Parts: sequence; structure tokens; C-alpha cells
Amino acid sequence: MASSGGTGVRAPGRASIGVRTLRTDRWWAAPLATFGFLFGWVVYATVRVCLHSDYWVAKYHYLTPFYSPCLTKSCTPDSALFGRPLPRFPIIIPFAIVSLVFLLGFRMTCYYYRKAYYRSFWAAPPACAVAEPHRRYSGETRFPLVIQNSHRYFFYLAALVALVNTIDLIDSFTQGLGLGNIIMLINVVGLWGYSASCHTCRSIMGGRLNHFSEHPVRYRLWGWVSKLNGYHMQLALGTLVTLAVTDAYIALLAAGAFSDLRIIS
Amino acid sequence: MTDLERHDYDVVIIGAGGSGLRAAIEAREQGRRTAIICKSLFGKAHTVMAEGGAAAAMGNANPRDSWQVHFRDTMRGGKFMNNPRMAELHAKEAPDRIWELETYGALFDRTPEGKISQRNFGGHEYPRLAHVGDRTGLELIRTMQQKIVSLQQDDFAATGDYEDNLKVFSECTVTELLKDSSGRIAGVFAYWRETGRFLVFCAPAVVLATGGIGKSFKVTTNSWEYTGDGHALALRAGSTLINMEFVQFHPTGMVWPPSVKGILVTESVRGDGGVLRNDTGSRFMFDYVPDVFRKQYAETEEEADGWYDDPDSNRRPPELLPRDEVARAINSEIKAGHGTEHGGVFLDIATRRSPEFIHKRLPSMYHQFKELADVDITKESMEIGPTCHYVMGGVEVDPDTAAAANVPGLFAAGEVSGGMHGSNRLGGNSLSDLLVFGRRAGSGAAQYLARIGTDRPAVSEDDVTAARNRAVAPFGREGGDNPYSLHQELQQSMNDLVGLIRTAPEMREALSRLQLLKDRAATLTVEGHQQFNPGWHLALDLRNMLLVSECVARAALERQESRGGHTRDDYPTMSAEWRQVNLVCSIAPAGDGIELAHQPLPKMADDLIRLFDRGELSKYLTPAEMAALPVGVQD
Amino acid sequence: MTYDAHFRVWRGDTDAGDLQDYIVEVNDGEVVLDVIHRLQATQTPDLAVRWNCKAGKCGSCSAEINGRPRLLCMTRMNNFGADETVTVTPMRAFPVVRDLVTDVSFNYTKAQQIPAFAPPVGVAPGDYRMAQVDVERSQEFRKCIECFLCQDTCHVVRDHEENKQAFAGPRFLMRISELDMHPLDSRDRKLEAQDRHGLGYCNITKCCTEVCPEGIHITDNALIPLKERVADRKYDPLVWLGSKIFRRGSSTGGARTPGA
Repeated sequence: MASSGGTGVRAPGRASIGVRTLRTDRWWAAPLATFGFLFGWVVYATVRVCLHSDYWVAKYHYLTPFYSPCLTKSCTPDSALFGRPLPRFPIIIPFAIVSLVFLLGFRMTCYYYRKAYYRSFWAAPPACAVAEPHRRYSGETRFPLVIQNSHRYFFYLAALVALVNTIDLIDSFTQGLGLGNIIMLINVVGLWGYSASCHTCRSIMGGRLNHFSEHPVRYRLWGWVSKLNGYHMQLALGTLVTLAVTDAYIALLAAGAFSDLRIIS
Repeated sequence: MTDLERHDYDVVIIGAGGSGLRAAIEAREQGRRTAIICKSLFGKAHTVMAEGGAAAAMGNANPRDSWQVHFRDTMRGGKFMNNPRMAELHAKEAPDRIWELETYGALFDRTPEGKISQRNFGGHEYPRLAHVGDRTGLELIRTMQQKIVSLQQDDFAATGDYEDNLKVFSECTVTELLKDSSGRIAGVFAYWRETGRFLVFCAPAVVLATGGIGKSFKVTTNSWEYTGDGHALALRAGSTLINMEFVQFHPTGMVWPPSVKGILVTESVRGDGGVLRNDTGSRFMFDYVPDVFRKQYAETEEEADGWYDDPDSNRRPPELLPRDEVARAINSEIKAGHGTEHGGVFLDIATRRSPEFIHKRLPSMYHQFKELADVDITKESMEIGPTCHYVMGGVEVDPDTAAAANVPGLFAAGEVSGGMHGSNRLGGNSLSDLLVFGRRAGSGAAQYLARIGTDRPAVSEDDVTAARNRAVAPFGREGGDNPYSLHQELQQSMNDLVGLIRTAPEMREALSRLQLLKDRAATLTVEGHQQFNPGWHLALDLRNMLLVSECVARAALERQESRGGHTRDDYPTMSAEWRQVNLVCSIAPAGDGIELAHQPLPKMADDLIRLFDRGELSKYLTPAEMAALPVGVQD
Repeated sequence: MTYDAHFRVWRGDTDAGDLQDYIVEVNDGEVVLDVIHRLQATQTPDLAVRWNCKAGKCGSCSAEINGRPRLLCMTRMNNFGADETVTVTPMRAFPVVRDLVTDVSFNYTKAQQIPAFAPPVGVAPGDYRMAQVDVERSQEFRKCIECFLCQDTCHVVRDHEENKQAFAGPRFLMRISELDMHPLDSRDRKLEAQDRHGLGYCNITKCCTEVCPEGIHITDNALIPLKERVADRKYDPLVWLGSKIFRRGSSTGGARTPGA
């Protein structure tokens, strides 16, 4: 098509309306809020994983998920449930670098987060029926975004990490029960919920089948995951909150800001 | 003013609803180059509004069902005014036509064994309607639309052009049929709605599949397209319409808010357990079971409610009487002062079925009431009243080939054709009618082409010029009426004077008003230009609506009895003598008036008449007919 | 309740046009299409608008109201305050014809390019057996009334005319999904979804789902599952390795490949 005039909604032939959107509602509020929330969380998480301190409460075996599993010789020995096969880490490199890469990969390629950051960070589009600022768009057809199709591998890896978090939780219960365990429990349940509600999980459980009637068990699993999948966004955002809260609680305990509320010692 | 676009086809199909698309598929599969012309976009035809299902005696829900039972139900529903051969073909072929749709990709709801599920409907003895929730018409249209695309893909693979042998001309309106000097169909004259440019199609065979006439009435389930184009085109080309007095008023249309008054509320609501109540909460339908149906319908609420689960030992609830009976009953209740606030009665499914059931079985009804009336049908009753829905009358056709009377090369199928449904159509018989006779029309056209061989008719250039002049005439005038106000007056007159309940003085009044409207229509004025101008489109459609309305009023005044979709206050009973009469409309040789003639109703074949017993037949036939029954009719 | 509403309606054609102001009567229970019809009958007899069923079943009256893609017949006036200006424009992703009518032929072209249902070989009509649970997913997609609002709102083509060639749009990717999940369809559609119909352009920002008047979960139930099915076939390194080793080649199946 001729390039006289504009592109997109201003392309020749389309109804000539000067503005990029005629929406009268506060369409920018949702992407702005998402941007603020995600950005704030990333800043917090980055600071915390680089601090290399206040991640382990030895008395109650509370390990923050941001440092789990601790696999480097830099870790406090008794926080390393799975041993310390890796050498010492210099400052800036997170102790849980292995799991953090998996988790980052899982969330970056997650179908919900893709929607969230495509809209709020890249404005492609900023909101529905609001023209995006980009001149060209190729979506997920080519490198690097074609990598988004690797979501399923990160799903398996993230499930491993959730398993590690679960083991951390069980380990903490060997020392009794306190508010810390309960916070960790909520976080772990949320993480499993988030992982299980993922679209890849839904496909693996049964979505890829064409004949549910021949696979009653997988059909049931698919049904459950589908129900959970309806809350994928809430779980995705909710677990960011539980992760941060768990970490902050343990950090403050470790720093001695206050003491754990114990129910059974 | 505008240049003329010309096309050559073997078969031109006017209308892209169920019958038009099925006819196109058939004509194309028989190797004929086919064009489909439709007023709307492809896939938007009024068939999408059909909700309940398509009746076909597949016997999936009750193995006792058969074509004979279906035939009997159809004849009873039509009060024995049906063309018996059409009813027979319909009952016999409907299952094959439904199964065929599955090979095109249709996905009907299933039984536990994986067959097509079938639901109950008014007037059908067994659960018989193949359905997809309450959007069966949409499934039919989409399936055939996709089948047409599939045929186009075959052509693309063979020739590199999708539209080589089968092309859809959408948003294109036909204004005239063109004939050659010997009176055979030679083509059609049309205009593009978008640009206002004119087209001539040269084609020896034309299939009318234009649907009904409901837009001549104010309260109707029909969309703007239903302006009786096919009826009027056939008349003007010299063919005939039969029994135009039979107009079905669907018992359940929305009554509030005013802007959606008339929109269809599917009969499935009643088929799935919904009941009608008046303002006192009483299930009044028990008081309105007519004698001819007394044996088949329940007399108590207990028996009626038992029928849904155990139809073999209980009789049907009276809410499932044929539509004409239910519509009249509702009308009587409202007239007796037992109506609701907005002038309807209550249709209640909320107290009878669970919200889950309603969501599963009637999703689009839920949606429609929620969005348009702010009513949650899982919690509240709906307010409903009768609304103009379907015309049983139509182009007189040969049952086997769908060829229209008097005009070689002209065919008609679906609502635009007459005879199949007698005086009243059963719910669910429309969708199957479209498939059965759509296919027969496509095949009839293909056979006709084979018969004429190379002796193809030629379009006369004089006719083309005349058609163009008629089409642009409204632009040249000044000071005439606005088409919108004229249309509103027509709708009001037909609604008030030739509606559900009719009397001679009112219909005479209607005819004189129609004459005045016709005079004013001759001087209509249209503003603006030819490019997508709805005022102009309406002005051209009005000509058809006025012609067809006159047929309806004339025939209704003539028939002095009450039967099915024709209820006379002054002749309240059914007359066996009138049953023998088809009323036939044609254009008067002089001028543009309507001529009405009596013609005997086609006789039922002996093997068909033996499907009924004497007791039942005696309610419909004259003593002379009873005396002449063939041997073997049971007592 | 009856009041006079302030409407701004886009009037014009391919060459030029702008928003024009009207004061028009509104009554209780009306939808935007009623008001447009009143404008036609009383003030602007040649105002072009496409409509049919007026009950949200045919998908003809698609337009944009206050900037949002909607059906005119399913937008009740009580969504707006009596003093609120209601702006109605044609769909902005398609070329305009006149006033509120757009040229939606893009969608019909795309429909032609999606290979049709491939019936199972050797199964006679009447012998099709399918379980309800197996047809339900595709049935959801077949609720589509083809209003093309999803195609209109999708930024891939709305904001990038040049992508119209390569991208079928949500409605027709959903159609592929419908056929791929059809229990008796005999064609494998995964690779062609990605390679020929542009599934990769979709960045699942869910606007199609937001505007769907039928409430179809286009993104979650059609597009993402299709992406996952493509990933099964195309981006699973184990499968890729297997196909390299065993030279299985392309598995698009059927013989016809229209619309390449």
C-alpha cells in the first residue's frame, strides 16, 4: 500500500480520524499500574538477591525463596540443603542464580506476563483500540521473541524449583511452627497454583488431545487445570506478592528487627 | 450515470440463507457455474436467527420416530393444508440432509452414544430437532458457508481462481427478473448496495431463496432483509403465489423494551420445560387445547410435567401445541386483561429448571435477555407476546424440482416457496425445509440446464434499460414522501389490520390504505446519492413490500374460515370446504393490481392418507372426501 | 425516560470525512443502533450503517463507540450518562466505504485461505460418532457470529497495514484451532497455522477476547492452545531431532494447499 499519509489507523483508505484513540475511559490506568507494580517488584528483588545477607534464619530453618537453593560455597553451610557444589560467588551474582534463571524464564515466557509486559512496557498495544507507537511489528515470529515458545521447558524447570521450595518448607517444619512457616506455606501453595494453572500445563494435561472421551483421566486433569487457568493472572500477580512478603519477613527476622510469632516451638 | 457490470452464469441464486446456500452447493456439485447474490454480507442471512433446531426423523432420541410420524406431525401442524408431496419429500429426506452437514464440518450436540442429539418441540411427537444449544441456524449457515469456501478451494486447486465456478455477490440487491421473448428466465438485474452500480446477470436458471415478508409488519422477528423480494419478483415475472393469507405469528417474541419488541424467544424455552403464565400465575394453556388435539395433550399439570422425563406414559404439555394455537391463546389472555405490565404474558423457566441447565441449553436466550432487557432468565420470568415470524404462503412450486409455476427457468426454495407447511409451520421444520428443498432447487436448476442444452435465452436490452430507469426514478423526484415514514405506515397498517386476528371490515380498510400507500410510493423521494444509501434501498424494497402485502390482505379477506396462520373473528371455525381451496395470487394482466383465483389443493396419495385414521381425517375432510377415501384407511 | 442525547457520528468516505454533531432523542431501553436509526429516519436519511438482526446474532452492525469496538445493537444507551457525548465511528482497521460502513473483504479473503474441514476417509454420512466432550471446545468457537470486532481491535493489523498479508487474525486462527480440535478432522493444521497464517504474530494481548460479543475465550481457549500445539510440533527439540534423524519431513498432511 502507498505510504502517503500515515500507517495503521491512519493508513490511506481508512476512516480519517486524527487521534490515535477515541476512548474516553482511563485506558492508560491499567498498563501504568502494571508497569509500576512489575517495575517495583524487580527493583526490590534485584536489591535483595544482590545483598547476600539476611536470607537464612538458622533457628527456625527459614530460607527465603530468593536464595533457594543455595548451591555456592558463599552460602551459610546449614542453609544449603542440597550441598554447595559451586565455588564462591563474587558480589552481584545471586546465590540462587540457577533457580532464578529458571524462574525468570518461566515468568518471562508466561502467557499472562507476556500480555502484561507487551502492553505496559512495550506498548504493543498500550490498551485495546489505542494505536501503538511502533512503526513495524513482527510479534513472536522471529528471534528473539520466537523464544517465547520455550515456555514448556521453563514450566518443567519451574516445577523443579517449586519442589525445592516445598522441601525448604518441610525442612522449616522440623523446627516447629510459627508465622514464618505459615507465610512460607502460603507462598508455596501459591507457586504450585501458579505453575499448575499455566497454559502449557493445561496443554500437557490434556489440551493437546482431540479425543477426551478416550482419556477420561487426562480429561479430568485438563478440566481442573482449566478451572485454575481462569485465575492464572491472579496467581501470577499474587505469587509476586507472596514471594516478596516471604522474603521480607525472613529478611527482617534474620536482621533481628523482630522475632517470629511461634505457635509450636 | 453509471456503467453496467455484466456476468454470465448457469445458475443465479438470489439469497444466501439456508436454502440459497444449499441450492448453490448442489448446482455447483452438479457442475454448473453458480452465482449467489445476497443483500447482506455473506453469512449474515436471517437463517442465523433460527434457534431451536432442524427437524429430522433420525430416531436418535426415540427409535420409534420415522418419516411417517414426521409427515403426520407436519400435516397436522399445517391443518392438512400442506402440499402432501412436499411434506412427504421433506420428512423422507431431512435426515440425509442433516447427516450431510456433518460431512461439511457441522458440530451438533451429541447423545451419549455420540449420535446427533434431538430435542422436543411444539407439534412434534418425538424429540426430533437436531440442534446446537439455541444457535442451530448459525451452525447451519456457517457450515454451508464453509462448504462453499471448500468448493472454492477445490476450484482454486484446479484453476488458480477461487471464484471461477462459484461466486458470492454480497451486498447486492436484485430488482428485476429478466426474461427472453418466449417467456423463459434469461437473467436478473441488480445493484451493488455499496456503490449503487448496476449489474446484469445472464443466466438461464434463477433460484429464489429470499425468505419471507415479515418487514411489512411492525412487530416481527424478521430482519430488514425480509421484504418479500422473491415473492414480488416471482409475481412480476408471471409466476404465482399460493395461500399468502397464512402468516405465522410466533407466540413468543420479546415485548419490552420497545426497541426490541418482536425479537424471537425460541420455542426451545418451552421444549426444555418453560411454561406460560398469566398475571395471576396460572398456566392458562390448559384452557386452550382445541378438540383436534385433545387426545395428544395433557390435562393436568402433573401429567404435563411428567412428560419431559417419561413421554411414553404421559401426554405432552399444552405449551407445546403448534404455534398458531399458542399465539391465539396468549392473545386471548392479553385481551381478557390477564396480560403483564408491558402487554405480554409470562414465560417462566426460572422456577422450573436450574441455572446451570438454562445456561447450557439456552445460552443465547440468557444473553439476549440480559443484554437487551436487563432480565436474568435464571431468576425471573420473561415477558413475551406474539410476533410476526414466518409466511407459510409463497411461490407455487413443483414439489420435486422446486420449479416455479408458469416461468421456465425460475425456481424457489425455503420460506419464499409455498405449500410445504400448509396453514401453519411446525417449529424446526423450517431449517430442514431449507436443506431438503434448497438441494432440490439446485438440482432442479441443473436438470433444467441439461434440458435446454445450448438453446440459452438472451436478455433484452430494452428490459435492462427499463429496469435501470425504474431503479433510479426516486432520485429524480422532488417533494414526495420519505421512504422511512411510508414504511412505518405500512407496518402499522398490516400489524393492526391484517395481524393475528382478522375481520372483513379491517381488511377492507387495509386494502384501501395499501392503495393509498401505493400511490404515494409512486412519488417517493430519495435524498443523497447512490453510494450506500439506505433511504434509496428502502424505497426500492417498499415496492415489493406493498405488492406482497396486498396479496396477504386480499387472500386473507377471501378465505372465510380460521385455520393455522389465518384467524378470522368473523369466521372462527375451520371449514372442510375451504380446505380444498388454494388461493392463488398473480399480477392482473392490466396494470399492477393483484388477481386472486381458487385452485384445488393437490390430493394426498393413497399410501400417505392411510397413515391417518378415519376419526382424525373426519375433523378435516368433507363428507364427500371421507366417502371417497381409499381402502385400507383405519377406523 | 426520554432525553436528547449528543451524538458525534463519523460521516464521510474513502477520500475524506469527519465527526459530525447531532442532537437526537433517546428513549428508555434503547440501544445505540436505535438512535442511529432515528437519525436516519429524521435527520440524515442517507446515513450508511450496516445491520441485520438487531439481536446480537448476525454480527453486522460492528462499529466503534467512544473508541471501543462494539456491536451497535448490543450497546444499551443506559451505559452512558444523559449528558455524555456518544461518539460513533466505523471500524478503524478496515478501509471505510461510507459513514459507518467498512470494507470487510479482508476477512472473507482470509476465510478462503484456511483449508476447509477434511472429512474422515471411509466414514459414511450418518455414521459420524462424536462424544459431546470432544466437540465442546470447537463448539465454543463456532458460536462466532463473524462480527470481525476481534479482527478490528487486533493491533497486528489495526496498527500495521503491511501485516494483513501474513496474518489471518484472531477469527481465522480460531477457525484453525476449531478444526485442529475437531475430533474427526483428518488434516494436521499446526505447521500451516504458524507458517502460512501468522500465528506467531499474535502476542496474546487479549484484546480479541475483550471485545468478543459472544464471550468466546479466543485467547485462552483457541490461540494459546494452538500455540502450544505448534510448540509440540515445531519447537520441541526432541521432536525436531527425531524428525532430522528419521527424515519424517513435513506433516501438513492433505493434498490441497490453497492460499499459500
